[in-house]
Amino acid sequence: MSVLIPHSITDASEMLAQNPTATILNGGTDLMVEVNFNHRRPESVVLLRNIPELREWSSDSSKGTITIGAGLPYAHIEKGEIATLVPALAQAARTVGSPQIRAAGTIGGNLGTCSPAGDTLPVLSALEALVHLQSVDGSRTVPIAEFMVGPKRNSRQANEVITAVTLPITGQRQGYSKVGVRNAMVISVASACFAVVKGEPRFAMGSVGPTILRANEAESYLASHAADINNVTDEVAKEFGRIAASESRPIDDHRSTAAYRQHAIGVLATRLAQRGI
Amino acid sequence: MSAVKTRRDVLGTSSLRPDGNAKVKGDFAFTSDLHAENMLWGATLRSPHPHARIISIDTSAAWKIGGVECVITSEDVPGQLTYGLISSDQPVFARDVVRYMGEPVAAVAADHPETCRRALAAIKVEYEVLPVLSNAEDAIGDAFIPIHPDGNLIRQQRIVHGDTSVEGDVIVEGHYVIGMQDQAFLGTESAMALPDPDGQGVQVFVATQWLHEDQKQMAACLNLPAEKIRLVLGGVGGAFGAREDISLQVHTALLALRTSRPVKMQYGREESFFGHVHRHPATVWMRHHATKEGKIVKIEARFVFDGGAYASTSAAVLINGVTHTQGPYKCPAAVVDGYAVRTNNPPCGAMRGFGVVQACFAHEGQMDKLAAAVGTDPVSIRLLNAMETGDTLITGQPVESVAPVARLIRETNEIPLPAELPSDANELDLPGGSGITAERQHIKRGIGWGVSIKNIMYSEGFDDYSTAKCTLSDGKVTLKFATSEVGQGFVTLAPQIARSVLGVTDAVCDTIDTQIGSAGSTSASRQTWMSGGAVDGACRLVRERLFEHVGAKNNIDPIRFAIEDDEIVDTAGTFRMSVIEASQGLTISETFEHHHRKTEELDDNGQGNCHVAFAFVAHRAVVDVDPELGLVKVVQVATAQDVGQVLNPLSLLGQIEGGIAQGLGLAVMEEIIVQDGRVRNPSFTDYLLPTALDAPVVVARMIEEYEPQAPLGAKGVGEPPCISVTPAIVAAIRDAIGKDIPRCPVRPQDICL
Repeated sequence: MSVLIPHSITDASEMLAQNPTATILNGGTDLMVEVNFNHRRPESVVLLRNIPELREWSSDSSKGTITIGAGLPYAHIEKGEIATLVPALAQAARTVGSPQIRAAGTIGGNLGTCSPAGDTLPVLSALEALVHLQSVDGSRTVPIAEFMVGPKRNSRQANEVITAVTLPITGQRQGYSKVGVRNAMVISVASACFAVVKGEPRFAMGSVGPTILRANEAESYLASHAADINNVTDEVAKEFGRIAASESRPIDDHRSTAAYRQHAIGVLATRLAQRGI
Repeated sequence: MSAVKTRRDVLGTSSLRPDGNAKVKGDFAFTSDLHAENMLWGATLRSPHPHARIISIDTSAAWKIGGVECVITSEDVPGQLTYGLISSDQPVFARDVVRYMGEPVAAVAADHPETCRRALAAIKVEYEVLPVLSNAEDAIGDAFIPIHPDGNLIRQQRIVHGDTSVEGDVIVEGHYVIGMQDQAFLGTESAMALPDPDGQGVQVFVATQWLHEDQKQMAACLNLPAEKIRLVLGGVGGAFGAREDISLQVHTALLALRTSRPVKMQYGREESFFGHVHRHPATVWMRHHATKEGKIVKIEARFVFDGGAYASTSAAVLINGVTHTQGPYKCPAAVVDGYAVRTNNPPCGAMRGFGVVQACFAHEGQMDKLAAAVGTDPVSIRLLNAMETGDTLITGQPVESVAPVARLIRETNEIPLPAELPSDANELDLPGGSGITAERQHIKRGIGWGVSIKNIMYSEGFDDYSTAKCTLSDGKVTLKFATSEVGQGFVTLAPQIARSVLGVTDAVCDTIDTQIGSAGSTSASRQTWMSGGAVDGACRLVRERLFEHVGAKNNIDPIRFAIEDDEIVDTAGTFRMSVIEASQGLTISETFEHHHRKTEELDDNGQGNCHVAFAFVAHRAVVDVDPELGLVKVVQVATAQDVGQVLNPLSLLGQIEGGIAQGLGLAVMEEIIVQDGRVRNPSFTDYLLPTALDAPVVVARMIEEYEPQAPLGAKGVGEPPCISVTPAIVAAIRDAIGKDIPRCPVRPQDICL
């Protein structure tokens, strides 16, 4: 097995161009588990951890956006300035694993693995993040909805590095919730992000479908039935939850049942619709 | 005359673990850290099927891989082809049939773990898949063909006691389900075997609970005299019952003997789930008859324990279950039927609580039902029925142990309840924790009770004695025993005993190995009593000889001597001499075997004095529940435990807090999920253990009532903490949501759907 260690995104792109079958490694919190379980035996690995550009973040007040490097560990997202700008993302980051895992794991990893249980993905979906990719052929930007194409599948090309995500700084209500059978350090059974963007409700659901799902019908219902989006009545919140649940497509597995997941996502929807910042 | 000296690290003090610092700093060598010159690695090929016939095994391709030194199958086992703690029914390697997913089929030794992995992949095994017996009820009767020559029923035991025609004014009934819990020790199975140069023997470092039992079973399978297999305890990272059975012992030793090279085997976490027995999943039906005031007059019950593919200790687990049907309550009549059965599920055997956990979950559920039926509360119903010393069990055995059941309940009840949740409670204090799923207004609080009785030591006529040797030389004591130190703290306690008995300061433990007689297993809450008794006995013999020596030299009748602090004093005169001085130039060595009193087997009606002694505990749990999402946060567990005499308060508190965490796991999250004989969650990603955020505040009272039967007045304390806390937590959840939940672990959907 070869391990290539680029120190810039340009280097990384070239290495990937030359090793099209290479596996990308950053925090290793997904990949090393797979390797340890013998589910994967990568021949060639490109390690992105030593690329400073990937660990940077910046906000653009004129555009009202924040761009976060794909290699920035969750530990830097769950608190501090990013947490005040994108609180739902910080809440999601806090639910990832243990402090050790959060010191290593990154948003780039969540996007690269693209599991329906990826903790930060519902936030990226609700906020309609833009995913930035780069290769020797150039760079491109893909809306999150087009990036996530299926269970553990995304539209990244083999020679591309996920470099960053750009999110709106909404200044409005947003929140994240995740249900697991333990009070921390647990894989999600159902997760959800609610956000108000330009006055419109957005709701994205994790672990209740093959990939992250947007509850479009529920969003429309809430937009048209909530007189004040920041003061949703019990009745409207309940109906919002009911519709969101009906839009989920969960399965039975050893972590939970489809029936529970559907129920839970409805409860999360109702509660998030009424939760303060 | 002399001021009272406070002697360090004697009995009753919180003497610190000799290996504590090393463990905290990562310096402690666990068995998996061992290494030998020229060492090979061993690895095991396991069945992917829960039930299949082996048509053929072709190892030729594995042998051809560079670095592979040995491939062994059932054909290579030189002695007995099977092993087992009670009945020898489990193959060293499957021969004709595999009976559970993960059953060993072959093993390899190679120069590197990666070479081992390739070698295992190169072994071709052809299977014919067979129908899977996965439902324990199907194993009773003729519903399924026998999956083993010994049949599908491992043991059946009936208890008929008292006037069984009695009917209660009030009758309550319940069906209870207990899931399969894993011991989940952190240090996975590991052993390193060093073959003798002549190939006629082997030294094995192993993480085990009982060196001599391993030695006996290994000797039979390896066809070697027991003394040719010298076992040394490697560093053990927890046990909880899972190291009572053989796992990799025979495989490692056989690979070493075959290759004439040191071999180390070490299971990964996933393999560990397949490499040891688990807690029996069980279904329990109970019907309690009581007077209209709530006094129990009769209990009817039926237990089915799923033993999985091989017997392990299922027969003993069953007996523990059925004989603890009544719990710590008076019960004049009973009819109980119990079955331990064989299925194609993972083998089950010993785990902390050993059959009593299952019984307790049911009888405590019943006590709450009874309280509700007669219109009283959980505390009053338990006080009304509380067992006392002198009561007769449903086996006809009198309870001779100290039995302060009512006191335990009262003392637990006196512990203040935790504060109400504040309106601005932090999410980490709410059910759902870091997931931020709830706010204060979504939460309901509940309180629940659990009280238990647990037998300590082995039962049914088994003489599980322990041996210890004490050597006093120049004021320094060395203790030798084969007692497995699995984390419980016997290496702390044994020197404390020596310091107290002999007045020495310097007391150390020798290597723990088979170069002395058996200590029995580190299980059944028995080592403080049994090995503590052996060390105490050996130290007392040495003290007697020291007194004789000093008496002869100073012309004093040795009967007049006593140890006071670190001195020998003449209780009828003025002579004093320090133990260090008295033992200069001397070496006194004595060995002592401690045996507990004899017990009996049960007769066909389940009558007989089958247990040695009993320990009791009460738990009260306070939980916060999110009824809509079905999530739980255990807020506080209050407990009063019957401990006899406290020998090391810190060590004891560790047992209490650890046991409560383990019992909490069974209450709300820990379950090996098995579908059609297949384990679905063999990892710590999906088999969830409580984290610090899940662990409750524990408020513990240690109730000291000296146990006259026990050598040091102290009862075993290891198992009780984990037994009744599970039903207490589940009862608290029921109380919070007002719904009957008959199973543990309680899953979110059990609460909210």
